[in-house]
Amino acid sequence: MGDQILAQYSRRMRFRKILDKVLPLILSVAVFIAVATVFSVLFTTIMTGWHRLSLNLILNYPSANPNEAGMRSAILGSIYTVGLSALICIPLSIATAIYLVEYSRGGRLASILSYNISNLAGVPSVIFGVVGLGFLAYWLGMGRTIITGAFTLAILILPLVTVTCVEALKTIPDDLRLGAYALGATTFQVVRRVVLPRALPMMLTGGILGISRALGEAAPILIVSGLLFIRDDPTSLFSRFTVIPLQLFNWVSRPQPAFIELSSAGIIVLLIILFALNGLTIALRQVLARRAEWA
Amino acid sequence: MSESSAPEVVRVEALRVVYGSKIAIDDINISFKRSNITAIIGPSGCGKSTLLRSINRMNDLIPAASVSGRVYFNGVDIYSKDVDPVYIRSRIGMVFQRPNPFPFSIFDNVAFGLRVNGFKLTKDELYNKVKDALVKAALWDEVKDRLDNHAYSLSGGQQQRLCIARALAVDPEVLLLDEPTVSLDPISTARIESLLRSIKDEYTIIIVTHNMLQAARVSDYTAVMMPDDDMVGRIIEFGETRGIFTNPRDKRTEDYISGRIG
Ligand SMILES: Nc1ncnc2c1ncn2[C@@H]1O[C@H](COP(=O)(O)OP(=O)(O)OP(=O)(O)O)[C@@H](O)[C@H]1O
Ligand SMILES: [Mg+2]
Repeated sequence: MGDQILAQYSRRMRFRKILDKVLPLILSVAVFIAVATVFSVLFTTIMTGWHRLSLNLILNYPSANPNEAGMRSAILGSIYTVGLSALICIPLSIATAIYLVEYSRGGRLASILSYNISNLAGVPSVIFGVVGLGFLAYWLGMGRTIITGAFTLAILILPLVTVTCVEALKTIPDDLRLGAYALGATTFQVVRRVVLPRALPMMLTGGILGISRALGEAAPILIVSGLLFIRDDPTSLFSRFTVIPLQLFNWVSRPQPAFIELSSAGIIVLLIILFALNGLTIALRQVLARRAEWA
Repeated sequence: MSESSAPEVVRVEALRVVYGSKIAIDDINISFKRSNITAIIGPSGCGKSTLLRSINRMNDLIPAASVSGRVYFNGVDIYSKDVDPVYIRSRIGMVFQRPNPFPFSIFDNVAFGLRVNGFKLTKDELYNKVKDALVKAALWDEVKDRLDNHAYSLSGGQQQRLCIARALAVDPEVLLLDEPTVSLDPISTARIESLLRSIKDEYTIIIVTHNMLQAARVSDYTAVMMPDDDMVGRIIEFGETRGIFTNPRDKRTEDYISGRIG
């Protein structure tokens, strides 16, 4: 009887031990496949494009001659639209998050709003392009311009950034809020003096996440702006524009191999910008976190 | 010890607090006098914190909570429409169970209440008010050379005294303390008890505690709360602390004090 139980026990033990050895193996294979895919794509892109990297690529307008072609107008268009969309989106997201978490404290409106925001995050980005074109460009008469592109991108990244801002506020312990309220602080003062200084670094991280996402979007901009061959700098918010992903799209769709190389070089530029943004996030987070401790 | 002639600062009448559909406390009638320390004791979940939060309108911050009945502060019903809860909280300070200093410097922690309440102070006046509060909270000697240090560099007991100083800085009339020493060691606890005794003449102090000996040591009056059969918290006995501990009228008080229940 006792032997039987012991045998059963050791059999189960053995199985668990084997599982303990095999599982990490399976998991590491999965990790390897994921990492290898990313690296091979990265490697191919860099090998194809790096000898096309030059100042021309950044400073020149697009051209039919691959040796002279650059993406100056696309880079400027991206900076204008994405920068402007961040200026629109980040304050709006922070304000929404503060309203949801600090003011309406789980009220009905708040739950309806946050439900819709999470739903919005799952809408395919082309839809935002269609809305941008139909509503902003034509109905409101803003035209297929930088400002329309910026608003379209802003609405596109709004859910993502708002959700991060809400999460940022939720990381602040309630103890601190109650302590401040108990001293006669108003909600505004609690937010401004206690909550926001600590939540801001994480909120800005969310903002930069949104910017990175907006930088890489091609589909909605393709719809709003059309695939354009632009050979001058934007002069106002109502200029026509193109963006880096669209320029790359244009190059990739050409038959000559030189343009394929150019598009790889363009991807490298885009990646460098994204890495720089990530670095900026980390730096910003550290500076602000240190300041928040001492605000 | 106790001054029964002292003016009544807070009076609670027929107070009931409901969370959603659950009645937490009901039929609470009690008054608190200046220059006295009143202890509220009772088993966990009987509504001590709920009662305390109704006195400075902190219950307003809990969406599910609804309060009925009256709470008078210096004769004014603090739940009447024209009373601003923010003002009430600046006159009735509160210290919590776990020390919760702000992530600022020691100085800025104490100055916080003065700043948010819009006191118009010169730099020197601000410094003096901060100093006075820290002296009253028996913390000044330990921190006077490092007011710019981060509050989190203090020990737990020091942090709790910092929270007391922070509350005293805005010159409240009433000080509510919700189990202020449960997370502290005996020496820190003794310090806080003695500081409460040393400042009690100027304030109306109400302290919630689980610790019977603490109630006996620091308080002049004691209220005993107990849940009834429906788990609704009620005050079953209230009177001078000495009387409650030596000669309880209610059988349940006797059992609770002697450790048989709770
Ligand atoms: N925010 C809340 N939402 C819903 N119910 C609550 C809330 N706070 C307290 N309660 C309920 O009200 C009752 C009284 O709680 P309260 O915290 O006032 O008791 P307490 O005497 O302070 O207990 P303890 O000694 O454990 O701190 C409990 O049944 C509790 O579950
Ligand atoms: Mg409690």
